[in-house]
Formats: sequence, C-alpha cells, structure tokens
Amino acid sequence: MHPIRKKRLTIVLFLLAGVSVAVGLTTYALRQNINLFYDPSQIAEGEAPVDVRIRAGGMVEEGSVRRDPESLRVEFKVTDFTSSVLMEYTGILPDLFAEGQGVVAMGRLDGQGRFVADQVLAKHDENYMSPEVNEALEKAAGKRAAMSGAESESAVSY
Amino acid sequence: MAFDSFGAFMIMEGHGPYVWTCYFVFFLLMGTVSLWSLRQRRAVIAQHRRAESPRVREKSPAGASFTRIEPSQD
Amino acid sequence: MWQIFHKLGSPKWFFGIASKLMPWLLWVGLSLLAAGIVWGLGFAPKDYLQGNSYRIIFIHVPAALLAQSVYMMMAVAGLVTLVWRMKLADVFVRAVAPVGAILTFLALFTGAVWGKPTWGTWWIWDARLTSMLILLFLYFGVMALGAAISDEKSSARAVAVLVLVGVVNIPIIKYSVEWWNTLHQPATFKLTEKPSMPAEMWVPLLLSVLGLYLIFGWLACLRMQTEILVREGRTRWVKELVQARGN
Repeated sequence: MHPIRKKRLTIVLFLLAGVSVAVGLTTYALRQNINLFYDPSQIAEGEAPVDVRIRAGGMVEEGSVRRDPESLRVEFKVTDFTSSVLMEYTGILPDLFAEGQGVVAMGRLDGQGRFVADQVLAKHDENYMSPEVNEALEKAAGKRAAMSGAESESAVSY
Repeated sequence: MAFDSFGAFMIMEGHGPYVWTCYFVFFLLMGTVSLWSLRQRRAVIAQHRRAESPRVREKSPAGASFTRIEPSQD
Repeated sequence: MWQIFHKLGSPKWFFGIASKLMPWLLWVGLSLLAAGIVWGLGFAPKDYLQGNSYRIIFIHVPAALLAQSVYMMMAVAGLVTLVWRMKLADVFVRAVAPVGAILTFLALFTGAVWGKPTWGTWWIWDARLTSMLILLFLYFGVMALGAAISDEKSSARAVAVLVLVGVVNIPIIKYSVEWWNTLHQPATFKLTEKPSMPAEMWVPLLLSVLGLYLIFGWLACLRMQTEILVREGRTRWVKELVQARGN
C-alpha cells in the first residue's frame, strides 16, 4: 500500500479506537442508568433505592397472581429465578400480562420489600409460535407434570 | 389462508388498525422516496440538456450552414 | 483486484453498470418483498401470545436491519473516502443517507405502533429504542453536515469522519438487548442457533428482508446516478449521455 494511504488508514483506525474506548467507558460508567429496570436480585440485595420512582422487571411467577374481586387491585410476584419481589398494582393490565410472561413495572419500593406499581408494561420474549404448537407444547408439559405427580392444579387456582 | 374472510383479514381480531397503519406508512414513504429520486434524476438530465443545447447546435456539422442571429438588446 | 477497485472508482463505468443492474434489482426486489408481505399478512399463522399484531414484523425487521446495514456500508465508504480519496465513495454516502434516515424512521414508527398493543406503550427510553433514535439523528447529522460545507473535498472528508465516529452506535444497537435490561426482547435470529420462530414465519420474513435489500440497491444506484450527473455535468461523457437520452 502507498505510504500516504497507510498513514491515513492508521489515523482513521486510531480515531475509531479512541472513540470506541471513550463510548465504551461512558456506557460502562452509566450502565445502571442505561438499564431500564432493576431485576429482583438487585432489589433483594438492596441495590434499588427505596421510595424513589424506579422500574422493576422480571417474570410473573406461576401461581402468584391474586386479583381483588372488588376492585382492579392485583398482587403478583416477579421473579428472575434467583429472587422474587411482591408487586401491587391497581389498574388495567396489558393484554399480554400472564403468569410466566415478562413485565416491567414503574413504581416505588416501600420499606418492606413490596413494590407498588403505577404502570405495568408487558415484556414478551423472542420466541414466536403458532397457537396450535403452543397448545401442543402445553399439553405435553401438562402430561409430564401429571406423570411426575406434581400439583398442576395449583397453577390454575387463584 | 390464516383468515376466514376478507373482513376478518382487515380487522385482524382488533389489531387491524395497528398493522394496516404500519404497512400504509411503510409503502407511502418508500414510494415517495422512489418517485422523488426518479424525478430528481430526470430533472438533472433535463437541466443539463437545456444548458448544453445551444452550444451543441453550434458545434454540430449542420450548424455550419447557418449563423446565429444575436438581436440587439435595445 | 486493484484494477477492479480503480474501475469502481470511475463514475462513468459505474453509471453504465448501474443502468444494467437497476431493472433486475427493482423487479426481483419488488417480487420478493410482495411475496414476503402477502405470505406474512395473509398466510403465516398468528402468534400464540401477540395474536395478529406481530404481523408488523414483516416490515419492522427488514427496515431496522437495513437501516443499520446502510450505516455500515456508509462507514466503509467513509473509510474509502478518507484513505483512498475515491470520489464514488462520497457519492454513495450522499446518495443513501436520506434513504437510511427514512428506513430508521420506519423502524421506529412501526416499532411504536407494534409496542402499543403488545407492551402497552408507544415509546420507552430503553437502550434499544434510544440507540435507534441516535441512529436517526446520525443520519440527519450526515445530511446536514454534507449540505453545510460547499467545498466538495472538505465536505467529503468531514462527512466521512462523522460517519466513522457514529459507527460505534451500530454494535450498541445490536447488543443493547443483551448488555442491558430493556423492554425490547433479544434477537429472534442468531447466526449460531436455529431461529426461535417456525418456518411459516421466518421464511416470509427472510423474503421481505431480501426484497427490501434489493430495492435499496436499486434506490442507491438511482440516487448515485443523479449525484454523478450533478457532479460530472461538465465532462464529455455526461454531455454525450444527456444528448443520447434526450431523443
């Protein structure tokens, strides 16, 4: 390669490397601000501030949803399979809200480790399926659960 | 076909407005940028031709048989 | 190899090749896109969770993918401008920046409309959505900077530097869903794994992605031709070409 071009290429590569390092360090320093929500483990370890408007997210635990029959109040547990947080919300839930599905909620932690949400958003995963396949999968899972003698009833009642 | 009728296809179990808005805006914008780009090229070619035509006439062999008349400006 | 590289740098040579390629790019692209969209809208099964709203994916993903690819291509062209001073590379950047901006806008818009029924919100400041918005502003910046500097050579270099600096945003967009907690879900398609989607859904999606890439190829050729005609207006081959086309 021509020496002048080689020099230009080096300058450009240095520029790119410099910018990448700068942006990398900045995003690393700001990672907690870039994270949209705290997960249940972070809340359990006390990383999330109490009584400040924050977002918390995770999976709705199977069998944890309790609806108040008189009002729109709902209680459910959100888990990341290590820890879980009890959430409370009054209002209309998004269509995709279901046990075993992801949610991101906006609200405040009260002192007792309970999260009082004023907005609940559904977070869906990257898997797409036709309803028939999903049904078949659930049936198969149900059969397996019944065979192993697990209480598959408990998930239905709340 | 995933839908029973044309009506069901349009409504999409309530999600129709969302889906159709997306497709409408997508084709509107892609169509606009395509037509605009085609017209731009045509305009540039037309502009060049207008700018060039008098001189080309001068240079062409036929141009030798007549002289251009420059009318006085007053 | 180097000969091809130098030939590629010749606007006249490119103009001819582009003219030959364009009808193919346009018609094959349109057919693939139409096939993908008709299949996706009318024949693919609905999603077990999202129902029919997921059918937006057949334009959302192509637009978002292409918006990032266009930026990557612009970055390569920017590098060529800075190191080899090839005029055609700058022509490419100028020609495709508005198209990239439109594609980014479409990805954001279709995402917002899709987000309303699925997530429950049009917009959220999570890392994926925000970095995509930054991409839109990068495209605007490239267009504005190019228009602001009138000297062709310094304008080309300034634009190339901006494009190259902005390229760090591309890996951020791609990995945002893995590095940080976001509302946007992680990628359905990974190079090393099978897609987490049945073939009745990903085949039409692949068709519309390919179709949109080809249509972009057509648009890029068309817009580059216009840019070349503007810049090379005084050269003999352009004058001859303009006369030949006129009749």
